[in-house]
Amino acid sequence: MSTTDGFSSEARRAGFLAIELDGAGWDGTGVRGDDVFASLAAAVLAVETAGFHVATFADSPLPGRANALQRAAYAGPITRTIVLVPEVDTVYTEPFHVSIQLATLDYVSGGRAGWIATAAESSEAAAAVGRAAVSGAALPLEAAASIEVSRRLWDSWEDDAVIRDVSTGRYIDADKLHYADYRTPTGISPAYSVKGPSIIPRPLQGQLPVLVPASLVGEGQVPADAVDAVLVTAPTPELLAAEIADVRDRLGQSVALVAELDVVLDARGQPATERAVGTGGDRARYVGSAGGLTAFLGQLLVEADGVRLHPASLVVELDELARLVLPELRRSGALRPMVQDGTFRDLLGLPRPTSRYTNSHIAAAAEN
Amino acid sequence: MPQHTRALSEAGVSTPTGELQFGVFFQGVNSGTIWKAAESGSQTDFESFRRIAQTAERGLFAAFFLGEGLRLREHLGQPHALDVAGRPDAQTMLAALASVTSHIGLVATQNTTYNDPADLAHRLSTLDLLSGGRAAWNVVTTDNAWTGENFRRGGYLDHADRYTHAEAFVETAKAVWDSWGPDAVARQGTNGSRPEGGASRRVHHQGQHYTVDISPRLPRSAQYRPVLFQAGDSPAGRDFAARQADVIFSGHPQFDDAVAFRADITARTVRAGRPADAVKIMPASEFILAATSAEAVEKQAWVRELQIGPQQAVAYLEQFWGRRLDGWDPHGPLPDVGPAVEETSETRGSGFHGAKAAELTAQWRQEAAEKEQSILQFVRAKAGRADASFVGSYSEVADKLAAYAAVGAVDGFNISPWLIPTGLDDIVNHLVPELQDRGVYPTEYRGYTLRENLGLAVPERASVGEPAVR
Ligand SMILES: Cc1cc2nc3c(=O)[nH]c(=O)nc-3n(C[C@H](O)[C@H](O)[C@H](O)COP(=O)(O)O)c2cc1C
Repeated sequence: MSTTDGFSSEARRAGFLAIELDGAGWDGTGVRGDDVFASLAAAVLAVETAGFHVATFADSPLPGRANALQRAAYAGPITRTIVLVPEVDTVYTEPFHVSIQLATLDYVSGGRAGWIATAAESSEAAAAVGRAAVSGAALPLEAAASIEVSRRLWDSWEDDAVIRDVSTGRYIDADKLHYADYRTPTGISPAYSVKGPSIIPRPLQGQLPVLVPASLVGEGQVPADAVDAVLVTAPTPELLAAEIADVRDRLGQSVALVAELDVVLDARGQPATERAVGTGGDRARYVGSAGGLTAFLGQLLVEADGVRLHPASLVVELDELARLVLPELRRSGALRPMVQDGTFRDLLGLPRPTSRYTNSHIAAAAEN
Repeated sequence: MPQHTRALSEAGVSTPTGELQFGVFFQGVNSGTIWKAAESGSQTDFESFRRIAQTAERGLFAAFFLGEGLRLREHLGQPHALDVAGRPDAQTMLAALASVTSHIGLVATQNTTYNDPADLAHRLSTLDLLSGGRAAWNVVTTDNAWTGENFRRGGYLDHADRYTHAEAFVETAKAVWDSWGPDAVARQGTNGSRPEGGASRRVHHQGQHYTVDISPRLPRSAQYRPVLFQAGDSPAGRDFAARQADVIFSGHPQFDDAVAFRADITARTVRAGRPADAVKIMPASEFILAATSAEAVEKQAWVRELQIGPQQAVAYLEQFWGRRLDGWDPHGPLPDVGPAVEETSETRGSGFHGAKAAELTAQWRQEAAEKEQSILQFVRAKAGRADASFVGSYSEVADKLAAYAAVGAVDGFNISPWLIPTGLDDIVNHLVPELQDRGVYPTEYRGYTLRENLGLAVPERASVGEPAVR
């Protein structure tokens, strides 16, 4: 929730780098291949050591892909600085479970958690839970609803709700717990409601940063002030900067913008053009040398707050990125410094918000 | 003792393993966990969970266990304030613990009413794979409209349907875990990933309460599939366990009761067409230990005092009276007013819901008067899990447990520490070695998977199902 007045222009000059780890390491799931790390732990530690600020975990509906949120949780205790951000669908999931799972991720990572909220447009996903497929305008509404449920539940325990007051025998101050009392607006079918309060105290960060694809954000969709960062895509690298500027115009200054970029590099004596298979997807794809990528990212990070890289092969590209790209970007001041024991909010320059329910009284809510 | 042996052999329990296993139940709610002591640590910091899990692993525990309650306990219309409350999502926490432990089983209590089978089965598969075959699911069926208020589905089940629904749910989960062939892996290449080395099957279930149609994404784990625990004590719950479960988390720790429960479960298991010893039993328990029995008894008084204070004692009665009783002296007799409700309600998270309040309260008044107990004494005896407690010196308690092992009354104990995060220290440092000396406790982990460590058979792949369309 971007309740602050946005980032200082100084913080904006340096950006952050994220990297996607889908299928990156043998996590026991049966995903094996020549270009896969020996373990999920090895993959996560390698990207942390390389100096990435953020690791993301896609929830691809592919064979061999394990639950993204649990992979992120697994990485929590074995890392120190890298932020862990799973993708979690909002359409075919239970918002209450999602909220509690993400809050728990924040605890097991020491406040280094975030959420890429997606809206699955998939008849497979609908059939898996026996629901009618959701499409079109209802998708961003589902995302907005689930995000709002999580945000309310994360606030439903005020920070000082656990008082451990021996003299009165109270572990909790019940006045500092609040019902979420969420009801879906029209446009979501079937309608639902969530009562609350949460079953876990407020997350370490108060509110986890929420990232949403730009296509879901805007008027009548997910409101810009409900998200902390937006994922921006463009068909080619050349168009990314312009797209970033457009989205900035549309959504204002308070939301961080993260450019999405596929990366294929010259590596292991093979030119990138030979390694690039097919024409790529709907994401901009950089194909070329490490030096060229460094220069491109340096420019992109002037406009964007962050860039998320999708390497063609984590094992191969990471070698080049760690040796040639990140050190140079860091030297040139294009990257934000790593904050030891920092939170995701710290990285984004967001203060820790107070609960929206501070000073309201649950008894008042319970009356009606 | 012979009479116990006879009861068990008549039930078909012929060869007790002679060995006990421990699990640890990190409770996170209710009055069992002391929050008032100087040593009481955080209930939410990851370090508390890491400390308990790693101590348990040092003590060769088979399992680390998390419960679940999907609505915060309330008391007379407000969140219950007097006990420990607020705990993490079980599977997310266990996934994190998987990276800092190597042998201990990771058991998640998960509800069949407020989950989708395909999603839950996929997440349990993930936990099982991330942990190298150490995951288990404790199947619970809690079903009430009050908890349903937190979910899209709402409270849609009739209480009577809970096990019919649970059984269809578990069968569907098993079909998901059975989907990939024995040697199938997903080969990742430049063209994406695909299953390789064995066929996978589509899973389709159309039932009264839900419909599932999926191509499962994950292969089997090192232990084939998650181990199934069950906790639920009604006759329907016991039959469900006899058909489906690998382990029962029971509420019957006392010796005679444990023997009777074992006999009952064995008979049900045989009736269900499974081997007599197919279902392991691990009752809920609490240990209060010291070097001497006198010290242990003293410690018990301290533990009870901190578990249930005067405010908690009165609040406990308020749950059943359904009204405020603040005026009543915790050191005096039970209130001689009637309850304000007809039935005690499930919203209080107690095991007595649905009881007729007038009958229950009258009965308690009489019981307390006969025993000359004050409110505080009565509630400490009733709510303070006296029947689940083992109190004594390390060697006394070890002798007591060895007797369970000798007749096969239980397969182990699921221990709730009353202090977090140091509550397992004396058990691991003192009780475990005593049990090992008596030859009734493992001296090493048998293997890496939970199934191996519990001595459970590997399931056979069901021969039903159609090939996946890809
Ligand atoms: C020892 C024990 C522990 C239990 N733990 C939980 C729990 O953590 N969460 C939950 O929802 N239900 C829990 N239950 C409740 C049962 O799982 C079950 O859903 C409920 O008792 C209804 O089934 P029944 O009528 O067969 O007892 C527990 C029950 C027992 C006996």
